[in-house]
Amino acid sequence: MNVLHFAGAFFSDSAHWHGYDGIPARLGEHARYTLQALLLATAIGLPVGLVTGHYGRGGNALSLVATAGRALPSFGLLVLMTTLLGFGMLPVMIPLVVLAVPPILVTTYEAMRSVDPAPVDAARGMGMHESRILFQVELPAALPLVLSGLRSAAIQIVSTATIAAYVSLGGLGRYIVDGLYQRDYEKVVGGATLVAVLALVTLALFWAVARISVSPGVRRR
Amino acid sequence: MIRIESVTKRYPDGTVAVDRLSLEIPDRSITVLVGPSGCGKTTTLRMINRMVEPSEGTILLDGQDIQRQPVTTLRRSMGYVIQNAGLFQHRTIVDNIATVPRMLGWGRQKARARAAELMERVGLDAALAKRYPYQLSGGQQQRVGVARALAADPPVLLMDEPFSAVDPVVRKGLQDELLRIQDELGKTIVFVTHDIDEAIKLGTMVAVLRTGGHLAQYAPPAELLAGPADAFVEDFLGGDRGIRRLSFFPSGALELTAGPVIPLDATAEQIAAPDAPFLLVTDADGRPLGWSEPGDLAAGDIRPDRLLSHGRPFVPGTDSLRVALDCAVLSPTGWAVAVDTDGKVTGVVSQQTIGEAIRSAHAAGRAHDEVAG
Repeated sequence: MNVLHFAGAFFSDSAHWHGYDGIPARLGEHARYTLQALLLATAIGLPVGLVTGHYGRGGNALSLVATAGRALPSFGLLVLMTTLLGFGMLPVMIPLVVLAVPPILVTTYEAMRSVDPAPVDAARGMGMHESRILFQVELPAALPLVLSGLRSAAIQIVSTATIAAYVSLGGLGRYIVDGLYQRDYEKVVGGATLVAVLALVTLALFWAVARISVSPGVRRR
Repeated sequence: MIRIESVTKRYPDGTVAVDRLSLEIPDRSITVLVGPSGCGKTTTLRMINRMVEPSEGTILLDGQDIQRQPVTTLRRSMGYVIQNAGLFQHRTIVDNIATVPRMLGWGRQKARARAAELMERVGLDAALAKRYPYQLSGGQQQRVGVARALAADPPVLLMDEPFSAVDPVVRKGLQDELLRIQDELGKTIVFVTHDIDEAIKLGTMVAVLRTGGHLAQYAPPAELLAGPADAFVEDFLGGDRGIRRLSFFPSGALELTAGPVIPLDATAEQIAAPDAPFLLVTDADGRPLGWSEPGDLAAGDIRPDRLLSHGRPFVPGTDSLRVALDCAVLSPTGWAVAVDTDGKVTGVVSQQTIGEAIRSAHAAGRAHDEVAG
């Protein structure tokens, strides 16, 4: 038996396509966790990155926070939070958000800093307000990089959201955790495959979003 | 009018970029700030739209202290053109130009119509409207920059080394275009450059600044060339001052002679009649073909390919004495060929005659100075 056989057996078993432990339900849960964590992380990281990048201040403090965030082990944080807060959604969200904020924050800051200063100078010189300069001059130019930060955050959340299963929540991690416990390797491989597919889908989604939202003048194609 | 009154810009680290500078910038003319790097010319320009705030002194716009009005209102009343244009890469050309009108609350249609009008004014093909900046050459981008600055029809235009990043041929085209636009619109333009030739070509008034932000001389370009205030200005102006100054003298008063001009089908008498060492042969339309010594010409058999080149002709009245002299110097015979705007020969003029015209122009200039002084 190799990995392909395991995967084949898992996906051809019709029992895996129905019910609360079925693939659609688990995928839905996983996608929901991912989306929630990504939205929370974006709500924190994006505004801070945009504003600090615009004014060019606080870069050192940012990288300190980011390094600290990256150094925290997600699994350790999950166990700690569950011990402190009990079972539930919140102890899962905290490690995922802590994981996702640094790439969003740092990439957004760097993206804003790397915008050509000439158009910004021109915009200021023609009497544009600072907020308008941020949203209408800098952000459109920084957008490809900003999106790449969001994308790597999203991918990391997708793969890390499996830990939710350790604290008795759902998601695709369920298959991996249960499979390992039951020595059901079909389940383990199937779950891992689904996580990988979801990561690829996320990539495709971000590609589409960039395609729609980044101006052809910035994309240069 | 913009009045700069003993303005100083001192940075926290103690560097003085501009030192008690006073300037009166006349309306509807091009005032050029020129000087070596570190002379504070850009800082001075940026103090006019408050991109830089002066440490001391005041700047008045039409008698009003510029500190008195909101900074965005002030800036929107002044067009701003920078080096490399600084276009918004994510916006099409037409939307780049429409930026300020849109900021002022114009409707999209009206702003775009205005942008299209300006594209034509700065010599941009309407087909470029939907393109993005990266699809344009440096010179075209700079034209868009000028159009964008003109979009809301501001009375003042601030230009910070706008043409220094393009190649010399494109730069000349942009300079000519600016002079043409200025003829039509009559804006109050403050223009910063490090290129003294550009300053002399464009400036109605030229302010030469020296390192440390001191004003070395403020004068019309012809005056600058005629009488540099000190060794620094003289050195900065460079060589050939006398020749370059001739650009400011018209050639219309040159005395032309049509004597040595003969047609291609000249008779023996026509060839023999002028008492000149060289004859200029013209074609049936009166356009110059070339020079020849009278002895080398046979009536009825003048071969255009045997003639000496007539060199570049000049147009009296349009071209300056400098062009006329240049034509005479380049001509193999020492005579310059004068033509009308259709290219027909109106006469020829010798180096000697041009020399006399230069002397009398200088004398007239001195007399003018004495009356004025």
